[in-house]
Amino acid sequence: MSARDEILGRVRSALADAPDIPVPAVPRRTPDASVDIVALFCDRVADYRAEVERCSAADLAVRLRAALPDGARVVVPPDLDLDVPGSVADTGLSAADLDGFEVVVTHARLGIAETGTIVLDHGRGQARRATTLVPDHHVCVLDASQVVADVPDAFDVLDASRPLTWISGPSATSDIELDRIEGVHGPRRLHVIVVDRGRLPRVF
Amino acid sequence: MNAAFVGMPAFPVAAREALADTQLRHNLGRATHTIRDKRARVVGEMPEWEELRQAGADIKDAALLRLDVHLARLEESLTARGAVVHWARDAAEACRIVADVTLAHGADEVVKVKSMVTQEIGLNEALAAEGISAWETDLAELIVQLGDDLPSHILVPAIHRNRAEIREIFRTRMAASGRPAPENLTDDPGELANAARLHLREKFLRARVGVSGANFAVAETGTLVVVESEGNGRMCLTLPEVLVSVVGIEKVVPSWTDLDVLLRLLPRSSTGERMNPYTSMWHGVTPGDGPQEVHVVLLDNGRTRALADRVGRQALRCIRCSACLNVCPVYERVGGHAYGSVYPGPIGAILNPLLHGVGGDTQTDSLPYASTLCGACYEVCPVKIDIPSVLVDLRAQVVDAHRDRRAPHAEAVAMRAAGWIFGDARRLARAERVSGRIRRWWARLARLPGPGRRWTTARDLPTPPRESFRAWWSRTHR
Repeated sequence: MSARDEILGRVRSALADAPDIPVPAVPRRTPDASVDIVALFCDRVADYRAEVERCSAADLAVRLRAALPDGARVVVPPDLDLDVPGSVADTGLSAADLDGFEVVVTHARLGIAETGTIVLDHGRGQARRATTLVPDHHVCVLDASQVVADVPDAFDVLDASRPLTWISGPSATSDIELDRIEGVHGPRRLHVIVVDRGRLPRVF
Repeated sequence: MNAAFVGMPAFPVAAREALADTQLRHNLGRATHTIRDKRARVVGEMPEWEELRQAGADIKDAALLRLDVHLARLEESLTARGAVVHWARDAAEACRIVADVTLAHGADEVVKVKSMVTQEIGLNEALAAEGISAWETDLAELIVQLGDDLPSHILVPAIHRNRAEIREIFRTRMAASGRPAPENLTDDPGELANAARLHLREKFLRARVGVSGANFAVAETGTLVVVESEGNGRMCLTLPEVLVSVVGIEKVVPSWTDLDVLLRLLPRSSTGERMNPYTSMWHGVTPGDGPQEVHVVLLDNGRTRALADRVGRQALRCIRCSACLNVCPVYERVGGHAYGSVYPGPIGAILNPLLHGVGGDTQTDSLPYASTLCGACYEVCPVKIDIPSVLVDLRAQVVDAHRDRRAPHAEAVAMRAAGWIFGDARRLARAERVSGRIRRWWARLARLPGPGRRWTTARDLPTPPRESFRAWWSRTHR
């Protein structure tokens, strides 16, 4: 008998007496209209000791340039719709090539306010998975309108057929005496820029 | 290479040794209290926490009670997305599959994401026997591997080591397996983490085969999920050409949206964070992004045995958060090694006997007794595994497994004698009169003689009353 058939057979005989299956009731918080979810998102991202700022569309180019260290080698996805002076487009660079860049600039699919998470589905402007991983500094630009309140709202929007990377702050570890320290293998610096469009820019 | 859990002593013996190690107790006490407080803080932010726990339990139960259906569905979804699905009845079969895939690509090394299941099956040792080096890339796993040590915690396998010990391990052992530790390495955790970064980066950049486990596998979409902190997981899942994921069959959940509940429960329970730094979700092969050859090994290795246990099957809901370890008064004092398994603590005390069966060896049979039944583990469990009830049921199974012994235990003899006395009012009255008379002599006795001696090494012997309640009643109410 194949391993597959044997295992499935064992499962069936183990479950010969199985009770009815439960129907899970998934709790969801009622949205609180008084909460500014974009402000909450920024707070929660900052909690992980990531850099976060909010700006108007008009200010974005200046803010983005200020976010990049002088002389840093910057890689961007080839379909990024932002002007990043001096950047190199990732058209299939090897891992070793990517290791030669200090900074990567991308968009994200959405942001989750409750947990301070950005989610990349590696679609337009979000690069392949390796590109946002190997450089040590990730600058991520997203629209305020992309921020959702909580994890269930993210699942309403995300496409299950795409590879997804959920990022909550810079790389971190608590493996030494459970002291949290930022920075091991993933980007040690995460810089999130939230762009307010069509509204007056607010100072964060 | 890692040492392995082989020929470990029974829990009481191992626990006594661990208790004498004051450094270990200090490291553990500090660590478990830190993480306990962090968990309590972020769980406190969630008014819906109890409903979420129930939803987590229901989702895992719904998956387990129709496991055959969901496994077949998972295989179908994975295959449709370009993954190759393998089935492994036991550890040896799973290790063989991983070794064969690696050797087929002419590779002599793999980079590994931290995974409980590959430790359970002894993958590193099996690969070493084939001439393949398996590099652990999680910081704590690296500490354990370089130190030729055993893991002692599900989430933080090197929880028993402090920073000075870690510095020493890095300084003396890193050079033998790649880039040596930087000169003048101090015991600052940031510097230690940077030493691990430098040591492992060259391995990530050149590795052709990655090996992972999975926190969840979604039947409906073929999604595998790895939840991590350091980015070593992303490295292993993304950079190599070939990825092999070993997935216990209990990791399957029916639908994509089930991840919503589980991702709200796991990080808060595990590291005490609102969300862990990195979660990767992938579905077979993504053209032009990540490994272009993806294998998934679905592993039984005792899980169907646990599934057949009506009381114990709930242990398969476990999402390996380790919250039960961090609150356990027994774990806090003896640490993980005393449990003699990669699954320590309260969950290990039930999972190991359920996976291996009781009555086979004294080490496994001792585990259901490694608890005070205080119930703290049940209270924090994000998927509501009633660990105390399973422990009690397993104790009964251990007793049943030894009923045919020719020489009965002293405990069984004492219980039978007590049963005989308590079974008859006159016998009980007589016993009470005798104990009342010998109480002075009894009170001087610090320890019981003979087979009762061990029972009294850690307990005070209660002094019997001068007069029993029943004697008092008949004296004053007649």
